[in-house]
Parts: sequence; structure tokens; C-alpha cells
Amino acid sequence: MSISLFMSENKDKVGENGASGKFELHEPQIRPAVEYVGETSIHLWKDSINILAIIGEIAEAVWYAMKNPRKVRWRETLYYMDVCGADALPISCMICFLMGLILGFQASLQMHKFGTDLYVADLVGLSVVKELGPMMVAMICAGRAGSAFAAEISTMKVSEEIDAMVTMGFQPSRFLIIPKLLALVMVMPVLTIFGNVVGIIGGMTVGVYSLGIPIITYFNRTALIVTPRFFTEGLIKSAVFAVLIAAVGCLRGFEAKNDTHGVGAAATSAVVSGIFLVIIADTLMTYLFSRF
Amino acid sequence: MDENKTVPMIQAKDLTVGYGDVVVLENLNFSIERGEVFVIIGGSGCGKSTILKHLIGLYEPMKGDILIKGESIVKADWEEKRRLMKSFGVLYQAGALFSALTIAENIALPMEEYTKYSEKEIMQHVNEKLKLVGLQGAGPKMPSELSGGMKKRAALARAMALDPEILFFDEPSTSLDPVTAAMLDRLILDLRDRLGTTMVIVTHDLDSIYAISDRVIMLDKEAKTIVARGKPSELRKSNPPPAVKEFLERAGLSRKMD
Ligand SMILES: Nc1ncnc2c1ncn2[C@@H]1O[C@H](COP(=O)(O)OP(=O)(O)O)[C@@H](O)[C@H]1O
Ligand SMILES: [Mg+2]
Repeated sequence: MSISLFMSENKDKVGENGASGKFELHEPQIRPAVEYVGETSIHLWKDSINILAIIGEIAEAVWYAMKNPRKVRWRETLYYMDVCGADALPISCMICFLMGLILGFQASLQMHKFGTDLYVADLVGLSVVKELGPMMVAMICAGRAGSAFAAEISTMKVSEEIDAMVTMGFQPSRFLIIPKLLALVMVMPVLTIFGNVVGIIGGMTVGVYSLGIPIITYFNRTALIVTPRFFTEGLIKSAVFAVLIAAVGCLRGFEAKNDTHGVGAAATSAVVSGIFLVIIADTLMTYLFSRF
Repeated sequence: MDENKTVPMIQAKDLTVGYGDVVVLENLNFSIERGEVFVIIGGSGCGKSTILKHLIGLYEPMKGDILIKGESIVKADWEEKRRLMKSFGVLYQAGALFSALTIAENIALPMEEYTKYSEKEIMQHVNEKLKLVGLQGAGPKMPSELSGGMKKRAALARAMALDPEILFFDEPSTSLDPVTAAMLDRLILDLRDRLGTTMVIVTHDLDSIYAISDRVIMLDKEAKTIVARGKPSELRKSNPPPAVKEFLERAGLSRKMD
């Protein structure tokens, strides 16, 4: 099933290239424009279907992994946890700290005007925990992990390793996607926790040094405002982002063209689509969480 | 048993293959017998790798059917395909060793998946296969540490890991030095004689076509089909189309130069 999915994707691409080769320079400009819009819509539509299909396939693979936990390649999962988690920790913390600092600074300018300095803690705490923490970590992971997954899988495709895998009876979805997906889902919420803490410390730095709020006051206010519920919401978001980034990274790898050019394009596309999907999902989840 | 003997190992029926709407080869009919060394030749880009990948069930043909021991690999579902593929060993054009695993782990992988061997037995088999291809002691190395020819030999060891009934080779002698290429030819014949392995070989190497092949088909890019078939010696004697003649006579040329 998995193989035929990836194959049909390739076939579509060849077909499209063949069709677009027909354009004549002397045609009125309007035709190509219309065709461009049409082709782009068709492409978007096919892309959405592919993403749904791969999510379905991943669901099947996850179900299989839960039934046969021994068949999961844990050693590789640990490897990816190391690469996507431990190695990303410094940069994640750095960026989240700076985001907290910037946010705190911007907030302090406004809040100070109204004499409501302490609300900086509210603004920074909630923004970081509900949005910025999960989001910044997702951006970093889309750039690091998503592109790496796509590049790795597309390279394996070029070097016929995927073909070899199939003929040896391994289903590439189980063999290649599951360790990456599991690793990212386990690691991104943890990174988010670190990011949240560090981001709040960033805001606190501004509150303490620039506004002169006592540390303990700032801390208490944050602890009061950032309830476990909000904290959990952020972590749920983070886990969903992880699934999307891993899925689209792997998808882009599998559908890459069979040459070195394809590897680069797949990595780029994985990052762009990853960030796009993360933002869409964030919008949806923010809406959903606000309703319940 | 009797039935097994009469059914060809591989049979292609009205096979049309291609990518998207682009037809690469059409209406191919051929069959490969048990224990035969079957060679596919043709200019580059004529679809040799494509047809090979269809025969091993990686791609779905546009039309027609492929029977492995009488069973269709085209219509098979994943589990059936997996069972059929278990009897295949494939040597890919670039080797296709898993770059994240050592050579020994690469060769051990199919055994871990399909056999009940203990770890010690697996190591024993791995070393045996490595010795067969002249790579003793390369087990702990990573694929990136090997030269192109060594990779190919390691990949051959992996393809032979389960003592498959059918071995597929995609341009095995490309990137091999002449001595190793000759060793490979001997290995192929030896395996066939000892284990009765069926061999399907895509190659450019004219010397080895004459040395090992039982039967040859030649594909052509323009005609999109089989332009010549038969024993290599017969092919040259009978009055072949110009393209075929040219291809086969270059063999004579390279031999004289030796
Ligand atoms: N994945 C692919 N998608 C589209 N076209 C392909 C693909 N692979 C090969 N082709 C085309 O199919 C033809 C046959 O290729 P191939 O089977 O690799 O030739 P060769 O005989 O050299 O092994 C070539 O024209 C090639 O451009
Ligand atoms: Mg080829």
C-alpha cells in the first residue's frame, strides 16, 4: 500500500511536467495565468490528499507499533531523540529566552504607561506557555528535524535504499517513519517545557531589572496566572506539531524526485510545509481550546 | 514437483511499463526458467532498471502481468508480495547498502527478520557470505568506508544472505575492476551450479555476456521493446538487426584488444 502511494505521486509529477511542456510563447498571456492557477490548485489538492494519506498510513503504522512494541526500532528512536532533542536544547532555550525578553520589554513599555507593571507577568507567562513556547520549539524543530528527515529519506530513495528495504520485506513507513515520529513526539513537549521556563525567566529579567518588580512577586503572579490547564494546552499543541513536522518531513522525503536536486528541494519543502501546517494547526487548536 | 518443473520461474505477459503517461517499454513477453542465467542488455536509458524493478514487484506495470513461479506479483497484496520477495536477492546498481548500519549489520538484517538463527549463527553466516565475495574482515566497517567495488560486493553478500531462489543484478560489473568482475562471473556460475539459483542480470559487460549467459534479451529505446533474443552465440550468427550487431561486435573488438 505504502509503495503504491508513493509511486502514484511520482507518476502525477511526470504527467504534470509533460503537460506543462506544451506552452507556447505566443499564446495570449491570460491562458498561462489561468492554467497556472488551475495547476496550482490541482497541486494543492493532491498535496492535501497525500498528507491525509500519509497521516492515515502513519496511524496504521502507530497502531501496528502499539500492538508489536518489540518490533519498534528503539535504538534508532533513541538516536533521533538525541539528535532532535538533546542537540536542539541549547538553541531552543536561547530563542525562547530572547522571545521572553523581547515580549517582556514590549509589554513593559505599554503596561508602565497604565501603571500596571505587574501585568507583564501575566502577558509574558500566558503568551509563552500557550503560544510562543510550543511555536518557537516547533519552528526550530521544523528547521532542524523536519528538513533532516526529508533529506535523509530522499537520499535513501536516490541510493535505492528504500527499494532495497521493500524487497527485504520491510515496510518503509514502519521502518523509517515510526522511530522519527516517536522521537519527535516524545522530545518536542520536553523542549517546550524547557522553553516555557526559560521564556518566563526572560520576561522576569525585564520585570525585575527594568520595572523593579521583586522576583518573588513576579514569580507568584506567574504561578497564579499560568494554571496547569494552560500549561497542558501548550504541551498538547507541541505534541500535535511534532506529529505534523515528522509526517510532512517524511512525506516530502518519500515523494522527492530521484536525483540530488530532489534531496535539496525535499528538505526546503519540508521546512516550508512544516511551518505552514504548524500555524494552521495552531489556529485550529487555539480556537478549540478557547471553546472548552 | 512435476508441476514446479514446468512452470517458469518468472514470466512476463504483455508487460507494458513506464512512468506516469510515459511508456518506457511495451508488450514484453518472455519467460525465465529455473536455474537459468538470463541476461538483459540494451543501451543506457532503454529501461533495463525499470523492467528489473517491475519484476521484483517494486512498481506496478501499466499493463500486463508478471508471474513468479506461476503467482502474480502484480496482483499480490503486501503479505503475499513479502512472501515472494523473501525468495529474491537483489543487487542494486549503486549497492543500496543501508548507510546507517555496518556491513555486517547490513548482511545480518534479512536473517534477523526472516530466520530463527541465534546471534552466533547469524555472525557465522555473515562471515561466510563476506568470505564468498572476498571481503573477509570488512564486517565492522561502515558502507561509507568502502570503495565502490567493495560496496557492490558487500551488497552482493547481503543479496545472498537468505540463499535466495532468484538473484537479480543491476549492472553488477560496473565500477568493478576486471579481476573482481571475472570473480563475480565465476561466483554467479558457481551459485547456479551449486544451489540452482536463477539469475536475472542487467549488464553492459560484453565479456560476461558471453561467459555466463544462457539466454539474452536485448531492449531498444526507440522500438520500446525486445529487439533480439536467444543464446548470445546464436544471436551473432543469425542475421541480427544492425543495432544488435553493433552491440555484439563491440564484444569481439574488446576481446581482440585484450
Ligand atoms: N523514477 C522515474 N520517473 C520517471 N522517469 C524515469 C524514472 N526512472 C527512470 N525513468 C526514465 O525511464 C527510462 C528508463 O530508465 P532506466 O530503466 O533507469 O534505464 P537503464 O536502462 O539505463 O537502466 C529513462 O528514459 C529514464 O529517464
Ligand atoms: Mg539502470
